[in-house]
Amino acid sequence: MKRRDFLQKTAAATLVAGTAFKFGSFSSLWAMEASAVNDKPYDLVAVRNGEPEAMFDKAIESLGGIGKFVKPGRSVVVKPNIGWDVSPERAANTHPGLVKRIIEHCFQAGAKDVFVFDNTCDLWTACYNNSGIETAVKSAGGKMVPGNVEKMYHEVQIPGGEKLKTALVHETILNSDVFINVPILKHHASARVTIAMKNLMGIVWDRRFWHRNDLHQCIADFCLYSKPTLNVVDAYRVLTRNGPRGVSEADVLLTRNLLVSTDIVAIDAAATRVFGSEPDEIPHIVIGHDMGIGNMNLQQLSINRISM
Amino acid sequence: MFKPHNLKKLRVFVSIVFLLSLSFIFLDTKETFPVWFRESFLFLQLVPSVIQATTVIGWMALGILVVIILTLLFGRIYCSFICPLGILQDVITRIANLFRKKKRRFRFLKARNILRYSLLIVVVAASFSGFIIILGWLDPFSVFGRFMTHAVRPVYIYINNGISSLLFSINNYWLNPIEFRAYSWASAGAVVALMTLVVWMAAAYGRQYCNTVCPVGTFLGLLSKFSLYKIRLDQQLCNSCGLCQQVCKAGCINTKEKSVDMSRCVGCYNCLTACKSNGVLYSIGLPITSDASHNSSRRQFLGSSASLVIATAGLANTIDQPQHENPTTIPEEKNFPVSPPGSKSLDHFVSKCIACHLCVSVCPKQVLQPSLFEYGLKGFLQPRMDYHTSFCNFDCTLCGEACPTGAILPLTLEQKHVEQIGKVVFIRRNCIVRTDLTDCGACSEHCPTKAVIMVPWRKVLLIPEVKPEICIGCGACEYACPTKPFKAIYVDGNKVHQIADKPEVLEQLAAPKPEDDFPF
Repeated sequence: MKRRDFLQKTAAATLVAGTAFKFGSFSSLWAMEASAVNDKPYDLVAVRNGEPEAMFDKAIESLGGIGKFVKPGRSVVVKPNIGWDVSPERAANTHPGLVKRIIEHCFQAGAKDVFVFDNTCDLWTACYNNSGIETAVKSAGGKMVPGNVEKMYHEVQIPGGEKLKTALVHETILNSDVFINVPILKHHASARVTIAMKNLMGIVWDRRFWHRNDLHQCIADFCLYSKPTLNVVDAYRVLTRNGPRGVSEADVLLTRNLLVSTDIVAIDAAATRVFGSEPDEIPHIVIGHDMGIGNMNLQQLSINRISM
Repeated sequence: MFKPHNLKKLRVFVSIVFLLSLSFIFLDTKETFPVWFRESFLFLQLVPSVIQATTVIGWMALGILVVIILTLLFGRIYCSFICPLGILQDVITRIANLFRKKKRRFRFLKARNILRYSLLIVVVAASFSGFIIILGWLDPFSVFGRFMTHAVRPVYIYINNGISSLLFSINNYWLNPIEFRAYSWASAGAVVALMTLVVWMAAAYGRQYCNTVCPVGTFLGLLSKFSLYKIRLDQQLCNSCGLCQQVCKAGCINTKEKSVDMSRCVGCYNCLTACKSNGVLYSIGLPITSDASHNSSRRQFLGSSASLVIATAGLANTIDQPQHENPTTIPEEKNFPVSPPGSKSLDHFVSKCIACHLCVSVCPKQVLQPSLFEYGLKGFLQPRMDYHTSFCNFDCTLCGEACPTGAILPLTLEQKHVEQIGKVVFIRRNCIVRTDLTDCGACSEHCPTKAVIMVPWRKVLLIPEVKPEICIGCGACEYACPTKPFKAIYVDGNKVHQIADKPEVLEQLAAPKPEDDFPF
């Protein structure tokens, strides 16, 4: 009966240990959320040849669902690029359908609120409206938050920032639990490409300071402060030249790609390849890598490649 | 049956509708109502419609005819029914009455003919010689417009933003905050000066502004002498009790002599309501040709005309000369200010704009700001494109739709996209890329036509290169340029607006094929 005793005792011990572990982690919900993000199956998920909504479904599924990032009762801020007063076909703003689908996932995971905003370049009401994003957000039950007045921005410190030591950041970013960064991949006159790192310029007030003080360094510095919970790069339509605003639809290519990652440098490196450039040609990606913000060496990452 | 009492009620009703609508037109930031709503209240404003008639023959010009016919039929009812500044004075008088123990009593005032006709002549002569801004300073619609834009609107925005931020604190985003980019102290000064005059005159004498200063009042006064319907005192029924005189804010009823000066009557109909003995008549009558004051006022009118035409003719100065004659390289060298898209040329704009600031109010980017002396003295307070404050949104044509005088003509979006109001100038020696050897490109980023592109420079950097021929002068580059104190890129106004070349349409690039693999 020795063997049976052993098995019984082991089973009991396992049960006790398991319960203890369960209660233990339950008491520190935040730690669990962090570990869930660390335990993700892939560093980066890349999907191609689908519609933006379906590609996001696939990508987030392979990461274990958005519930890994958005816990019930949490507030979420989704930050697309809504910088320009142009139609979705011009690919200067994030695809409205993608924004909508992300919000739907958040609510399915039990999010309390989903806020969407951008500090636009063109007239903000026109950008929100003509990008199609306002309609998409509202139809999904999200809230469009204005970003047009300085009063809504509050100063934050950027420890370790080389050029950028402080910035005025929008209060919705400061007040939300989860930050989902949803840039569109575009050519950019100043930054060469604009993806996830550059998209964060839309949550600060004084962008001129960045332009005046080494743009690429400031873009990287700001990533020390702001680490989005999740980055989703819309590369469905890509503005290949005359960016970031574009002049006509002739500047746009239908490439039908989507990338998801928690590593803002890695996702920018991968998206740069989709754009047709090399990551080491983009100074802010290189600086971000060197500062340890993320990893631009794509061969070192575990990437899930999904073709639809 | 004719009931004189109802005329006053009608007047109060119509005037409230006009005052509220015209006020709302200056405060509406959301384009709540369609263009026809705005136009149906603006087209009756006499001065704007007269100026517009000299530019375009549109239905707005019909307003002149309507006003003249109304005046020839009923007298100067314009001043009590339609004119926002006139109605505003009535409101002020009414509010002032709330604080009085005894109700205000007006009395008969002598006509100040020399003053009012001289001012009318100065204004007309100045307008013809290009100094239309003098008309703009005195025109009641413009005075009202600037009052709304620079006194009421900031308060409105302040309250709006207060409520909006309260709602934000409970996560309600129903009410948008309105940006407030710049405040024109010069305009504020003009508002204070003119409104002080108006309010003081209203408080002390009733409608004295309308009867001495206002060019519209004086002009319509000349017409209403010949109006079909006239206010008159019945020589038998009137017992000279003075009740009508006490309520006459124009001070034009003389109950002792039982006479009414129709050139100063503003058609408020208070006298009809006040009279207890049916002594005040409002009826068809022939003009009183034997009136001595009429003849003398005409003589004064003609006499002052001649001298003032000569005096004002010499005042006209021009903006033909560039304002900077000895250019240095680092500061921005703007030869001409930038007038709004649709204003054709600086000459056209300066000679048609009465600075009512409706365009300033409706401009969603607030790039239109009142000028100081950028247009020269004769354009003082006329709006200009202020690219240090903001820039012009590519897909917006609101200023041209709003302008009631035709100083800014409406443009279609297609026209707007090539309407070149100024041209880009790049000062390489000011550029961040050259001075700091870092990337910037804010100018090119914002340019809607890519009249500024970034080209390789010193191997690793990109520096702006400009193509003025496709630039439309929207000022996005100048606004975005982060250099201090002088910009490295700016827009120099076109004296005569031009048509820009369309941006070169590049050929469509080949998309990657579905069977291609991931590039990583």
